Amino acid sequence: MQAIQTVTVGSGGQSSITFSSIPDTYTDLVVLCSLRSNRTAEVERLTFRFNGDSGSNYSYKALIGTGSSKFSEGITTNGIISYAATGNTATANTFGNLSLYIPNYLSSNQKSTSQDGVFENNATNAWQNIMANRWTGTAPINSITVTPDFGTLWLEHSTATLYGILAGSDGTTTVTT
Amino acid sequence: MTNEIPTKIVINCSTGVREVLELTQAEIDERKAMAIQAEEDEFAALEAAEALAELKTSARSKLVAGEPLTEEEAATLII
Repeated sequence: MQAIQTVTVGSGGQSSITFSSIPDTYTDLVVLCSLRSNRTAEVERLTFRFNGDSGSNYSYKALIGTGSSKFSEGITTNGIISYAATGNTATANTFGNLSLYIPNYLSSNQKSTSQDGVFENNATNAWQNIMANRWTGTAPINSITVTPDFGTLWLEHSTATLYGILAGSDGTTTVTT
Repeated sequence: MTNEIPTKIVINCSTGVREVLELTQAEIDERKAMAIQAEEDEFAALEAAEALAELKTSARSKLVAGEPLTEEEAATLII
């Protein structure tokens, strides 16, 4: 697994983070995020989009816990969503953490991804989710954008790192380097 | 009061070049629509979770009391 790029949000925040011109030299991609938004709430929902596609071309099945209840849902959306970022009333200096795994990102078929995450909060309300996602796009993924849904900004020190996974030398085994 | 235009950060993974770009009006409008949709989705999800929890509580009470369950209540107990 090789780190391709990391973004750390600076003072003043940013409304979204985009990895563009993703190299086509890997087998799979992984995005690891540590995010906090300016939403006046403890939880922030976020959206990943591939290749700038904002159409209703994404769907998911999810198991979600809120700290006091749990539910499952499966809907069509205009992005891959997650409830794994903190809003700005969660415990100070905490960030939500999630990983998004994108196998076969160069495929000419629809893409399935998986994701798990949790937002940290020293209180009952702390959401976790595991999700299986699908994007109906058939183009290779060359850009990924992550945006807060409720809030308008990712706050300072939020980070996102894009990793590439290389296939093994036999062409069939995925290995880390 | 300021009217600062929000910005986004874009990093080119091939060159490493980082750019901070202002959102277009279309992007700002879309972000507002995303926030509204997120509010609706979250409300619906929490409402559904609350309704399920109430059904389970009612089903449990009726079972203990030996009372008949409704179809909805029974469905919360059968996997």
